[in-house]
Amino acid sequence: MSGLASASGAPNPWLTAAAWRGLFRDRPMIPLLGLLAVLVVISDLVRPGIVSPEWVSVILRAAVLLAILAGCQTLTMLTGGIDLSVGAVASMSGFVVASFAAGAGTPTGIVVALVAAALAGFVTGIGVGVFRVHPLIMTLGMSFVILGLANVWQLQSVVTSTGVPPAFRWLGSQAFADVVPFSLLVFLPVAGLILVALKLTGYGRLLYAIGDNPVAARLSGARSWQVLVVLYVVSALLAAVAGFLYSGYTNVASVTLVDSAVLPSVAAAVIGGTSILGGRGGYGGTIVGTLILTVISSLLSSLGYPEAVRQILFGTIIVAVAAAYTRVTGEA
Amino acid sequence: MTLITTDLLLEATGISKTYGAVVALRSASLAVRPGEVHALMGANGAGKSTLLKILTGAVRPDEGTITVRGRQRTVHSPAEARRGGIVSVYQEPALIPDLDIRSNLRLTETPVEPFRHWLGELGMEDLDLSSMARRVPLASLRIIDLARALAIEPDVLMLDEITAALPANLTERVLEVVGRQRGGDRSVIFISHRMIEIAAVCDRATVLREGKTVGVVDVTQGSEERIVELMLGQIVEDMAAIAERTAGSPKASGSTPRLTARGLSSGTKLHDVSFDIQPGEVLGVVALEGQGQDELFDILAGSERPAGGELLVDGSPVSFRHPADAIRAGLVYVAADRAEALLMQRSVRENIALPLTTRIRHWGLIDLAAEGHTVQAAVARLQIDARAGGEVRRLSGGNQQKVTIARWVAGGVHTMLCFDPTRGIDIRTKQQIYLLLRDLAEAGAAVLLYTSELKEVQLVCDRAIVIFGGRVVAEIGVADADEPALLRAAYNLRVDAPMPEDVAGEAVAGVVAAAQESTDAGAERGLPVSDG
Repeated sequence: MSGLASASGAPNPWLTAAAWRGLFRDRPMIPLLGLLAVLVVISDLVRPGIVSPEWVSVILRAAVLLAILAGCQTLTMLTGGIDLSVGAVASMSGFVVASFAAGAGTPTGIVVALVAAALAGFVTGIGVGVFRVHPLIMTLGMSFVILGLANVWQLQSVVTSTGVPPAFRWLGSQAFADVVPFSLLVFLPVAGLILVALKLTGYGRLLYAIGDNPVAARLSGARSWQVLVVLYVVSALLAAVAGFLYSGYTNVASVTLVDSAVLPSVAAAVIGGTSILGGRGGYGGTIVGTLILTVISSLLSSLGYPEAVRQILFGTIIVAVAAAYTRVTGEA
Repeated sequence: MTLITTDLLLEATGISKTYGAVVALRSASLAVRPGEVHALMGANGAGKSTLLKILTGAVRPDEGTITVRGRQRTVHSPAEARRGGIVSVYQEPALIPDLDIRSNLRLTETPVEPFRHWLGELGMEDLDLSSMARRVPLASLRIIDLARALAIEPDVLMLDEITAALPANLTERVLEVVGRQRGGDRSVIFISHRMIEIAAVCDRATVLREGKTVGVVDVTQGSEERIVELMLGQIVEDMAAIAERTAGSPKASGSTPRLTARGLSSGTKLHDVSFDIQPGEVLGVVALEGQGQDELFDILAGSERPAGGELLVDGSPVSFRHPADAIRAGLVYVAADRAEALLMQRSVRENIALPLTTRIRHWGLIDLAAEGHTVQAAVARLQIDARAGGEVRRLSGGNQQKVTIARWVAGGVHTMLCFDPTRGIDIRTKQQIYLLLRDLAEAGAAVLLYTSELKEVQLVCDRAIVIFGGRVVAEIGVADADEPALLRAAYNLRVDAPMPEDVAGEAVAGVVAAAQESTDAGAERGLPVSDG
């Protein structure tokens, strides 16, 4: 609103760069949704007729997976941290459930995977919150530890060929009437919880406070280690849920399945307007950022370039969008 | 004398700048003649800093023109302004901490020989150029900044609070050097909150209020009153009323002290500090820089643990492991450094409500209506201008300081620890803070107030303790706590010893006299002089 107010004195407020900039700064969702719309239109221009309910369904199924991992990044980045262990935790969780499916059963597998993920998150949280290890180092280190443990588990229990439980396959890759993905059944409550937690709870306020100014948060009586331990446990649990969906989506159980999604999940949060330095951002932007990345990736596939070219373009576009976005919405 | 009005060195007219909903400058103007030291005055938030930043190209104005020696200029960056002969020394040292002084000079393409010359003039010829900037004390850094700016011989040199962090002897040298810039064809724009310095070295003063230029005053005998009047827009409300309330407020005596410190010590900085505060009392703490007051407040606020000693709240011993413990015991801390206390990117509301959600049982859903009421009451009580409340960093310094206090007032105050809460804020906000502290005390709170402005002690405190070398060296009642007495005690001097500030005062008087002579000499040579 203040963007509009600031321009009210100018002769033609809607045409001044400052007015646009003010609007974007106060309502960062507007440029993001605009970019998403432009990308959808380009997709349709490149391959006319491609944009259809089925296309939307395909995009959503892929986006939901990334959006949950990007949720981990959003929450941790708000405190000035990052969670690079989401790939390892997610892969491990999917793999553990698959290894239990044939024997002790899927529910047991899910419980074991969630407990393992929570333990990993707890250790990360203690490292970051109590021993003040930088989150980047701590979570990167944890991802290697988890990978190692998952490998040990892999040697102990040889997974049968059809390890991924049917329920996960249904949830991850099927859609109601072939249009509305069932994974939304998991994603919508998760997204709702994150949005409410950030906007309306004391805990959400503390995430922003610690990221904005840890000294001020401490002087106001916040014990940041409590907040951080809970944060990294929650992040690991979210990653585990994403891991279940990934294994269902791909019908693969592997200890490195989700690794390639880690950096896109960070990129989605950054494009969505969450500051990597902490204190600024939210999950709404991250969801749109995830959709943008997914559409770009699908657009690049539909162009039929070789994999190498796609990767180069994908990386370049992420950097360009993030740079442009921070320029437009940053403080003048 | 018509020469004077046409031959301006720097002229800025109709400068406007808005940040979001906040108008920083509305049609401000500034005209600087060659050879003058020009003061730029104004309360906090009046727009001084913004105007300086616009002149140096760090900020682009929305409207307005800047002419240098009659030619219109659009300055896009500080580097460009520098090439155009406009150089600024900002409030914070502008040296890269991890480089040595020589490398820092190379970064700004400063010639070393003139730099050395000016260092000598400023009384620091023995500086080792190969020392790391981070190892050099703050006061010396300010001198280095100044020498660096002087070395490139700028047409217009802008000094923003250059003397704020300097001890008296260096202040004197700086004023002397600045005074010597007069009469040539170069000019200095001088910002300072200290009226005595303005009187000592400045020829004219431009006064800003709420982003507008409200007057240009020739600095002569007695012009201080006029400047203050212009700055505030109306006659200063009578501070004496506050002092009277202080004197008249009834003191609880004989009851259990709200807070008792017994033999507190910490490292090498604090040895055996004892005092107590009664409910309803404002206890002043007076000390020179670095006498242990920082450590004392850190201990009381729960940030540090004392090496020895005992702390009692309402008669029962307490021990703090974290600020949260202190807050639970009712000790709330208002830091001097707003950057330390505020969430700059968050809203006024979130900043004020922050202490309400820190405990685990308040991590759940927030009662938004109740929180809104609490915050609104605190905002109203402190008269915070929250129009730009979406992000605290967009507020003026005074309003930011009020937010740091409002945070605690919102929850009701038991014991408030204020560490120099009025540092660098304007006189109107200061008054509001004094009144608030008195109100809190009257409502039964205990207030511990460290202040670097000695005259505040008599205005707001009931009693003052003086700390020197980590020990309480004096306790002075409000009636005797005038500035000379406090200063004498702060230097741990006997009553009959000569006053250090008299020495400094004489030095300043000397500069005034010398400056006066040079102005007279200038007039004889037909150089432009202010015409009144």
